[in-house]
Parts: sequence; structure tokens; C-alpha cells
Amino acid sequence: MSSAIETQPVGTAGGADAAPFVRIEGITKRFGAIVAVNRIDLDIQRSELFCLLGGSGSGKSTLLRMLAGFEQPSEGRILIDGQDMTGVPAYERPVNMMFQSYALFPHMSVSDNVAYGLRRGGVPRAEIRKRVADMLDMVKMGDYAQRRPHQLSGGQRQRVALARALVKQPKLLLLDEPLGALDKKLREETQFELMKIQAQLGTTFIVVTHDQDEAMTLASRMGVMRDGRLVQVGGPRDLYEFPADRYVAQFIGAVNLFDGVLIEDEPGHARMRCEEAGCVIHVGHGVTGTLGQTVHLAIRPEKINLAHDRPAQDENVTPGTIDEVAYLGNLSVYQVRLDTGRLIHVTLPNLDRHEGNVFEIGNRVYCSWGPASAVVLPA
Amino acid sequence: MSGQGASAAEGRPKRRLGRNSVIALPYAWLLLFFLLPFAFVLKISLAEADIAIPPYTALLDWIDNTTVAIQLTFAKYQLLLEDRLYLAAYLNSVKIAAIATGLCLLIGFPIALFIVSRPVHARIFWLAVVMLPFWTSLLLRVYAWVGILQSNGLLNTLLLDLGLIHQPLVLLHTDLAVYIGIVYSYLPFMVLPLYAALEKLDATLLEASADLGARPAVTFATVTLPLALPGVIAGCLLVFVPAVGEFVIPALLGAPDTLMIGRVLWDEFFANRDWPMASAVAIVMLVALVAPVMVFRARETRKADGA
Repeated sequence: MSSAIETQPVGTAGGADAAPFVRIEGITKRFGAIVAVNRIDLDIQRSELFCLLGGSGSGKSTLLRMLAGFEQPSEGRILIDGQDMTGVPAYERPVNMMFQSYALFPHMSVSDNVAYGLRRGGVPRAEIRKRVADMLDMVKMGDYAQRRPHQLSGGQRQRVALARALVKQPKLLLLDEPLGALDKKLREETQFELMKIQAQLGTTFIVVTHDQDEAMTLASRMGVMRDGRLVQVGGPRDLYEFPADRYVAQFIGAVNLFDGVLIEDEPGHARMRCEEAGCVIHVGHGVTGTLGQTVHLAIRPEKINLAHDRPAQDENVTPGTIDEVAYLGNLSVYQVRLDTGRLIHVTLPNLDRHEGNVFEIGNRVYCSWGPASAVVLPA
Repeated sequence: MSGQGASAAEGRPKRRLGRNSVIALPYAWLLLFFLLPFAFVLKISLAEADIAIPPYTALLDWIDNTTVAIQLTFAKYQLLLEDRLYLAAYLNSVKIAAIATGLCLLIGFPIALFIVSRPVHARIFWLAVVMLPFWTSLLLRVYAWVGILQSNGLLNTLLLDLGLIHQPLVLLHTDLAVYIGIVYSYLPFMVLPLYAALEKLDATLLEASADLGARPAVTFATVTLPLALPGVIAGCLLVFVPAVGEFVIPALLGAPDTLMIGRVLWDEFFANRDWPMASAVAIVMLVALVAPVMVFRARETRKADGA
């Protein structure tokens, strides 16, 4: 990653003054010759809802399992609430986990599943009964206390798993793809419920997911992992609008990527000549690079405007032909074949109910965008 | 059930015939090789011993070529109840089989856990190791134990050479030798069902248990053991049932006074030539052993229906 190029400063949710609740220091995990997690440093503040986002094999689940104590790091250490977790077995950590498969005990009723952790902690019987009942009410499973897991639907199991993980009031709750097994509608509902519960209890949540929408919705802060490394950490907006590299830009949301040559570089703006785009691109932020250097540009599809007539601007405008249209209801996705031969994606909202797609296949259009729409990527 | 099958098979008599014959096969097998012999044994048990070939009285007699006289004798069953020898033999057999089953479970469970903990490709090897003795005849293997346990056998020689003992231990022809023989012979029958049950056990359940604060021993008692219970019960039945009627092992390794029902049965048949008595012993043993199995099956079926 070249540090020579500067993007907008990345904001962090936690103040620098608070000691981090979870501190991950130089964690590496090797399985034989494979490095699953590679020298990760990460601080997570108290009461944060942090999402670890990454594709399969990115090391996000391994990192979570090291936090839970199921795997021992090959190097580095983890501190939770100031305590070094090295050598502390899973059953002594102030951490509970909600498993991707939910891992409910099939031979126990819902209430026995939820009570399991409390019984291990020597909590008095009457209190166990009360806390289990309260927790089941909170996840709206009070009526199902005597059912067995196999008698529940996927969504109900998910609630029981959450109740079981929360009932011990852990300092830190780990959630491994918590909504992966739910259908889309249930997933959206549950997302908001999870956030509500998190805000209500003030527990620190670390959520692992491969679903960028889920991460964007849930997280106060998120980290993108790739090949065992943490590529970028920031709020959802930081990652979407100021991606650290092309991988993050492509992983979070759709993006049009261009290569350009830097021809002007001032503190307030920069210009690039872009063969692929067929125009000069003007961005409203400085790029500390050398003139003539090749840089990567990212423009999100929703930040490009389409028009039949050429807009009155010399830069950030390029002609093309509509190649394909997909009507999605709330918006339409246009594939535009630029005159340079390059295919780009543009999305426009469907504002008028009677209009349908504003542009049809074969229409000549001008694609244009403002100086604050494109971002130069450091790598 | 049959009505459903008939309507589904309408217009396809060939398929129906094929299906019925497939279902009929196990029934025919059971009838031919289980029910029929059982009926014969039952019949013999209700007869009197006689000096004849075969050595028992006929059950049906023609009187004047017009009447059939059925003569059932319950004397053998009565004797079974009255003679304390039979009851003592039954109880001793059950006791020896139960202790041996418990030992098999204690030894077999760690073995099954060990095999399951191996990587998938290595499990086949360890299972093969457990099964390997089956490639040799049981009789040979029990005779080998005679060689190991006798007073100038392998074990005593080893212990004497090591200076751990100064005179040979009496091992052969003791109850201990019977236990060793049964545990050794039946261990694979315990390990295999346990392995099958543990292999199905979801490892994340163990992690979930640890995550909720359970130490490994607690996880074993509250998660592993209850979920492996069908395997435990199946393994115990597979060991216990044949061990109760075991004949070869107590005959070769046991003391002359080791009273087991298998030996009593053998004596009745071959020493006393009292086939009805032997049959009655066999029938009572069968009923006593089948009852617990039926209870277990019924319990399993009920559980499966509830699922």
C-alpha cells in the first residue's frame, strides 16, 4: 500500500481516550503451511458493534475462534477488558458465542439450552429460572420454552441461540454469520432486532459475516479482511466512500474502476487523463503523487448521471450507448457502452411510477458526474 | 397402510409384485430360520425325555386313528423353578455378563473417543485395528488366553522374570479369566456402535458447551454422554445378550464350578441327553433376554415418532 497517496481521513467511532475493550495484538494463526490470520492488530471499544467482513477463507472466522478460545494464536495476544487471554481456556473466558449452525443441544429443551450456561456458573436455581424466562421473553420465545430445537423453525432457533449466548451477560458476544441461515425478509427484521438488543444491553458485539449489506446495516465500525489480513477498518460510510484499495471498493457495493494518468495535482483538487473513460476526470481532493503517475479511480454507479443531451461541463463527461437495462423496481441498472469501448454500470432511481426505465437499449447518452463523486484509490 | 399401497400400485401390478416380494424376503427368512426353529424348541420343551431317537416323547398321539391326543408337559418348567441350580446359573450368568458389559463400556468408550478424535482418513485404520481379531476364529483366540493365563503361561513368566511376583498367580480357571475372555472377545461389539454414535456428534456442540463455561468433564457428562446414549445402549445389548449365553469362554477359561447358563444347557443336551430340559432352559433364557431388547426398541420407536 503506497502511503504517498492521501485520501480523506478515515473516521473512527471510538474515542482515542478510552482504553480499548478488546485489543488484538499482532495475531497470527498458521495451520501447517497455511497462514489463516496474518499479523492483525485491532482495537475494539466497549459497546461497539464491530463487523468482520470478508470472503470465505479470508480468516475472519479463525480470528473469531481465537477470541472465543477455540484456537490458540501462533503469535501475538488478545486482551479482553485488559486481561491477557493467552492460555485461558474457552470455558473461563468472559465471552459467549453464537454459532453459525446455532449449535443448540438437541437433547435439551429450549429453556434447558438457555439455562445451560447459568447452571455451569453456580447461579441459584430461582434466579436461573427468572433469567431464562426474561431472556426468552426478550427474544419472543417465551411460549416455546419446553420445545426441543428440532421442533423450531430456523428463525426460532436463531433466537434461542441468541438468548443462550446473552443470558450469561457476557462482556463480549461473538456472532458467527448470525443471520446466514435466515431468508431475506427474516434477516432484515432480525438485523434491526439485534441492533436494538445490542443498544439495550450495551454488550460489545463482534459479528463475522460475508454479507456486505448485513455488515453495513449492523456495524458501527467494520473491518474488511482478505487473505488473513485486515485491509481496512472504519465506519460503513468510510469504507463505502473512501475505500483503501480496489479490493475493498469492489467488495463493498458495486463500482466502476478506471486507470488514469495524473496530469494536475493541487491540495484542493486533481485531474487525471483517462483513456478508458474517454475524458479528463476531475476529483475534488488532493492526491500526493507525481505527475504522469498511473492512479486508480473508483466511481460508484449511483453517482453517475445519464442525459440525452451533453451537459454543460468539459470534464467528467463521456458519451456512450445503453447496452442493457435491468429494472429492479426502486431503481434501474444501466450498462452503458462508452465510445471508448469500456462498459460501465449506472443506477438511476425510478422516481416516476408511469415512466418505467428512463432510457432504453440503444439510446445515445452522456454519462457525467461531479468532482466529489469519484475517488482516487491508493492501491 | 396396505390400502394406501394398493391404491398407489393400481395399474402397476408388476411393480406391486416386485415390492411385495422384496418385503416378503426378510419375513420368509425370519419364519424359516427363527420362528420355525423356535417352535420346534418350544415343542421339545413341552415334551418328556425318553430313551428314543429323537430322545423325547411325541407331542401328538393318534388314539384309535380317530382322536388326536395332545400331551403337554410343563414338568420341565416346573423343575426350572424348583431346582435352585437353574436359577443360580441364570443369576450368575446375568451377573457375569453385566459386569463384563460394564467393563467393555469403560474400556470401549475411551477407545471410541480416541478413534473419533483422529483425522477422518486415519479412523479407518484404527477401526481396522479394533476389528482385526475377528479375522481369527474365536476358539483359537480363547485358547490363546489359556496359554497366556496358565500358571506357566506368558503372563506369569513375565511377572516372575520381572521379579514382581515370586510364585505363579492362579489366573486360569477363575472368574477373572472369564471376565478377561468376555471383555476381550466382545469389545469390538461395544466400540463399533459407540464409534457410530460419537462420529455423528456435532463437534460444535462441544465447543458451545465449553463456550458456556463447562469444563471438559462436565461437557462429557452433559453433552457427549447423553447424545451417545443410543450407541451406549446398542453396544451394551450387543455385548450383554450373547455374553449371558456364552459357553466357550467359561468352559475354557472358567473354574469347573463357574455356573453359567450356557454350560448348564450344554450339560443337559450332551451329558444328560435331556432335550426337553435343555429346550426349556433355552426358551426361558430367550424370553428373559428378548424382553429388555423389546423395551429398548419400543422406547426408540416412541422417540423417533416424537421427532
